[in-house]
Amino acid sequence: MEFDIVELSRLQFAMTAMYHFLFVPLTLGLSIIVAIMETVYVMTGRPIWRQMTKFWGTLFGINFVLGVATGITMEFQFGMNWSYYSHYVGDIFGAPLAIEGLMAFFLEATFVGLFFFGWDRLSRVQHLVVAWLVAIGSNFSALWILIANGWMQNPVGAEFNPDTMRMEMTSFFDVLFNQVAQAKFVHTVSAGYVTASVFVLGVSAWYLLKNRHVELARRSITIAASFGLAAALSVVVLGDESGYSASHTQRMKLAAIEAMWETHDAPAPFTAIGFPDQEARETHYAVEIPWAMGLIGTRSLTQEIPGINQLVEEAEVRVERGIIAYDALQTIRELRDATPEDVRATFEAHSEDLGFAYLLLRYVDDPRDASQEQIAQAAEDTVPTVAPLFWAFRIMVGLGFAFIGVMLYFFYRSSFKGQTYPRWALWAAVFAIPTPWIAAELGWFVAEFGRQPWTVDGVLPTALSVSHLSVADLLITLAGFMIFYTILFIVEMGLMLKYIRKGPFQDVEETDAWEVRHEHRLRTHDGKGPFAPAGARAASAVDDVIPGTSATPAE
Amino acid sequence: MILFELIDYDILRVIWWALLGVLLIGFALTDGFDMGVGALLPFVAKTDVERRVVINTVGPVWEGNQVWFVLGGGAIFAAWPPLYAVSFSGFYLAMFVVLAALIVRPVAFKYRSKRESTTWRSSWDWALFAGGAVPALLFGVAVGNVLLGVPFHLNEMLMPRYDGNFAIKFIGLLRPFALLAGVVSFSMLLMHGAAWLGLKSEGAVASRARRIGTTAGLVAMGGYALAGLWLAFGIDGFAIVGEVVTDGPSNPLYSEVTRGGSWLSAYVDRPWIIVAPLMGFGGMALAVRGLKAGREVSTLLWSKLGITGVISSVGLTMFPFILPSTVDPNSSLTVWDSSSSHQTLFIMLVVTAIFMPLILMYTAWVYKVLWGKVTEADVTGNSDSVY
Repeated sequence: MEFDIVELSRLQFAMTAMYHFLFVPLTLGLSIIVAIMETVYVMTGRPIWRQMTKFWGTLFGINFVLGVATGITMEFQFGMNWSYYSHYVGDIFGAPLAIEGLMAFFLEATFVGLFFFGWDRLSRVQHLVVAWLVAIGSNFSALWILIANGWMQNPVGAEFNPDTMRMEMTSFFDVLFNQVAQAKFVHTVSAGYVTASVFVLGVSAWYLLKNRHVELARRSITIAASFGLAAALSVVVLGDESGYSASHTQRMKLAAIEAMWETHDAPAPFTAIGFPDQEARETHYAVEIPWAMGLIGTRSLTQEIPGINQLVEEAEVRVERGIIAYDALQTIRELRDATPEDVRATFEAHSEDLGFAYLLLRYVDDPRDASQEQIAQAAEDTVPTVAPLFWAFRIMVGLGFAFIGVMLYFFYRSSFKGQTYPRWALWAAVFAIPTPWIAAELGWFVAEFGRQPWTVDGVLPTALSVSHLSVADLLITLAGFMIFYTILFIVEMGLMLKYIRKGPFQDVEETDAWEVRHEHRLRTHDGKGPFAPAGARAASAVDDVIPGTSATPAE
Repeated sequence: MILFELIDYDILRVIWWALLGVLLIGFALTDGFDMGVGALLPFVAKTDVERRVVINTVGPVWEGNQVWFVLGGGAIFAAWPPLYAVSFSGFYLAMFVVLAALIVRPVAFKYRSKRESTTWRSSWDWALFAGGAVPALLFGVAVGNVLLGVPFHLNEMLMPRYDGNFAIKFIGLLRPFALLAGVVSFSMLLMHGAAWLGLKSEGAVASRARRIGTTAGLVAMGGYALAGLWLAFGIDGFAIVGEVVTDGPSNPLYSEVTRGGSWLSAYVDRPWIIVAPLMGFGGMALAVRGLKAGREVSTLLWSKLGITGVISSVGLTMFPFILPSTVDPNSSLTVWDSSSSHQTLFIMLVVTAIFMPLILMYTAWVYKVLWGKVTEADVTGNSDSVY
């Protein structure tokens, strides 16, 4: 295979972005879970909640730092590897990135240091405020990044300026309240909350299986299951919202995800499973659920969702219109202010299709010289590769529904079964730990791969967006990132496992003293199950083993 | 939306040019001492406890400080997209090295003290050294290259294009003048890190830091003076030919630029800018004196003043140029032709005006909470919550 700048740049971006996104979801969710735990601590004053805050906070810190470190790459590689993209859309795309720094990243990064170092220097309430500021900062960070990404999917509030040869912002509010961005934001942060919940659930389940830190693990499971249940529902609902907004903003992506080759009479069926065949333009062995696609995509029984073939025909028209825009643009470039009004008018009428003419640059140096076959080929190029999208999407959705089931189950056991869990369920929770990451990465894959061949949908082709680099440049950095990131990953996993094995630091005397002081209040709960007998509690803190049947985690 | 026309385009451009300077200076003043401390680490601290003291002086703040760098990148992207596009892809491999250093640094801070092993810890110590020293040097090299001009041109679609292959592009950055600029920035940040350690640590660590910092400050001053002479006699400046359009569209190719004359002619046209280099020399000299005398707060403040002077002198000398091109001077990026649109600059200014004061306020509060020296007892007594 011959190395190609565009493919290598894409590979590098995909690799560094997906690597970055190994750490981001956990940061998003764990920051909130930790803040919730600390809130309980401040409200009740119970030492165990502070120990939980510190323990999960330590794991949060190990993860957070790699999110920050790999985020640096993200901020700079647009300029490094995608310099024409940066020039072409920086006027719009740069703004949310800069605002993210001003509004969110500064907040989280400034206070995260105080979160770890400030326990003795701040009052309880002050420290709690710091914890929440870190959580809010992290989540706002995601908001601005997704506004930027949402604009790549659905470029609203901007138009091409022939004088500066780039897209310029016409409405900041359109960019801000881009429906794709808003749906994406809630979908993505909810996915982060699910990730963290599954993580907390899995680690706590492991402690219960090992009969260690039972008090901490049970409480953590309760928090994780209730927070996780709400989040898992939200992921799916907002995923549906994304599907709905995609049906009018990113129609090709939607059709590709569904492997919908032909436009179907409304309401279209949903292909639950099948084998998409790009060459033949059909899906073999398709199992269809009638009406479902039409309902999800349009929320109506009468609106049609266009299929891939119809969209290709539409793209062909847009390529032709793009050529007209390109032609007028050349005149404007030449004559500048002296350009006749009618040429400017022609340009403005066709400028939204300019990007389609750029698709022809793969085949000809000047789009105006393109033959009819080349125009047809360019239109054909607007179809992303269907099969990986089709499958990635289905696995993601399947996992999304599975998370609802898992959270529902643990929520039920935690609320109504006295926080007792069967052994098999605990093991399942441990093995479920990697799954939210799989779902999240697949989600990104669908969003970004599904947008190909564009970096900005319908505006700028990926092939045009790259920097003027050599293959050697890219191979050096690609290899560098691979080696470097692999080492960091191993180091991070090693530390995570070390600190999970080590477990929380439990100050036994403090806990006991607190419990003696509050004995009168705790007594009312005795016998109901949520709390182990006092003796067992003390034992658990002393030697990590709970004797007796009543406190055994497995039934 | 007509609101954005409240402020003229050319004024917004100058404001954003100044804000770019503020961000770079903010980065150098805050993250600068983190880098300096990292570069000093192996030399001022011998035992593990000493090293932990040094690391914990910046432990709670490096994360926030580093955001100045990230925000700098974001602000260049938002306010000066052509600069972002041209410079980062032009300095490609150098940028990669800087990124690698800045990625390894946070990880090293956070992970170093999480295992007992000596090999583990000393590996991270060297990572911290590289994470501080390499960017400190390369940022100066980059500034030197900007003053010399960079071999790029913009094609008819305004795509940035470079001359030479990758090896020439990377090695080509290491020109003598650029290396001198690198030495200035490196030694300046060493001085700054030493001033920080003088304030935040005590005993042997502080006195070693002060000794190295004194020398570094003198080197920085000497290098800065030498660079000034070099600029005066050895390097051509750039100038815009004909009428300067300050509120035209951001298209570098619309203006004509020539090479020739001296950068320092700016001091004839705008004599007041001499304030900047004077501030640079004065601040560094007083910081060196403070380091020798063992003064704490004032030394750090003088060091900050010196750095502010040095960085702003570069910007003021080059104004209105931001990134000149050696192979096609017309492609050079200036304040007047490489900004974002009028509206974007305005919106970004509003956002900055709201959030920058907040950032400064809460950052100041955090530093206040953390005020005081880090002692060996702090480190050994709190192994759970410190690095």
